[in-house]
Amino acid sequence: MAPPSSRRSGFSKKAQYSLFTGYLLAGAGALLGFALLALSLWQPAAFAPLRGAATDAVAPAGEASAAARAGSQSLFAGIAGYINAGRQNAELRREMEIARIRLAEAEAVRAENARLKGLLGLRESEAKPVAVARIVGSSATSGRRHAYIGVGAANGVRPGMPVLSERGVIGRVLETGRSSARVLLLTDSESVLPVRRATDNVIAFAEGRGDGLLRIRLVNLGVNPLKVGDLMVTSGAGGYYRPGVAVAVIAKITPDGGIARLVAEPGATNYVAIEPIAQFAAVEVLSATEGPAPVPSRRTSPRPTAPAPSAPVPDGIETPG
Amino acid sequence: MERLDPRARSDIYGKRINRAASPWRAVSVPYLTIMLGSLLPVLLVADLMPLSPPFGFLLLLGWRMVRPGLMPLWAGAPLGAFDDLVSGQPFGSAILLWSLAMITIEMIETRFPWRGFWQDWFTAGVMSVVYWLVALLASGASLTSDMLTAALPQGLLSVLFYPIVARAVAGLDRFRLARARTIN
Repeated sequence: MAPPSSRRSGFSKKAQYSLFTGYLLAGAGALLGFALLALSLWQPAAFAPLRGAATDAVAPAGEASAAARAGSQSLFAGIAGYINAGRQNAELRREMEIARIRLAEAEAVRAENARLKGLLGLRESEAKPVAVARIVGSSATSGRRHAYIGVGAANGVRPGMPVLSERGVIGRVLETGRSSARVLLLTDSESVLPVRRATDNVIAFAEGRGDGLLRIRLVNLGVNPLKVGDLMVTSGAGGYYRPGVAVAVIAKITPDGGIARLVAEPGATNYVAIEPIAQFAAVEVLSATEGPAPVPSRRTSPRPTAPAPSAPVPDGIETPG
Repeated sequence: MERLDPRARSDIYGKRINRAASPWRAVSVPYLTIMLGSLLPVLLVADLMPLSPPFGFLLLLGWRMVRPGLMPLWAGAPLGAFDDLVSGQPFGSAILLWSLAMITIEMIETRFPWRGFWQDWFTAGVMSVVYWLVALLASGASLTSDMLTAALPQGLLSVLFYPIVARAVAGLDRFRLARARTIN
């Protein structure tokens, strides 16, 4: 292709100047970009209002595409269901029988739990969601794993609030716009979440690896007690999450813990609930001592070296998640 | 003449007599399509790994290469600012990278004035791989080998998408210059 003749300035002073100005402006744009990038890496929350306004504008389109996505998912699931109907039927019947037994066992455990809690004088805290919303989009081109939800500050959503689906933890609210919010997903490489094994008190940190899996790092090193298939639930340490919500299932064992797969995948989720911060007072203390705002990132999250203020509910009395 | 062949007095931009291109359309289509390209991946839910190629950047490359001289040299900065607002990257990364991309293509074009499709694809491929890597580095996440492996398909896709984007840009250019306005 021939180059456009507009670039050849020749002897025209005007053309030469406009060409020079173009280069100057482009260079200035690059420098400005560099400065803004450095600023936003140094202060991640600096441009939150701007981004909030942008996602507020995009969210309605996301609602429509989320509805379409949910529809197509159920369509595919329906077709797959027809193909596997017979085999699935037998399997489900067997599973239901086991589930009935487990349900009876759970009833017994619940009764005992209530009795023990009554002895301790603990009150059953019922977390009422602040809002229920659709996941309207995500940062699909970026290396960060963020999702956007269709509710924001106008609905009472604040940064730091846990985002849960009916299966388990999705992530935490990072920034809010007026009618949309940005969620830091568990799979993001900057996300850290204190967890424990559902069956006992093996505590660990679940860190996102950035490739869809979580790295479980045990707090107490030594003999690794984890086994493939163990369910990790939130421990409630740090104060953001209420204890006992399912997080991940161990898929592989490593020397310092394991690699775990998510229980609640945001892509397969229709609606999520945004819950209030479980121990607001603890989070306030944490943010006052460690950083300016309760932004959920590696910098403000509790580390194994710095023990976080643990939840007042002692471990071992909570209902197993 | 029209009775024999309805397209006799037309070219690819439509009828030629008493028609003209819409000035608004001629100016706005490149910018609108690039912004739309930035917005589209937001509507996908990619929860496990970066999934979609950076369509906004690919369309910028496409418009710049298929239609040189259409956008000013500094167009990367404002378009990049819009991309930053929705892409999830730290604000400023696309402003920087898109500006640098525009300057780089300008310099390549001064060095090799006569270009063909294959050279364009090569340039766009190298640039989108570099963009993919630098965007990962600038995303604020600590880059690990796991993350790089998970993002590899995205880098590959963005190289392979250039021919499709170039064809789409050519089609959009025809739409841009279509003679939609009737002159009376």
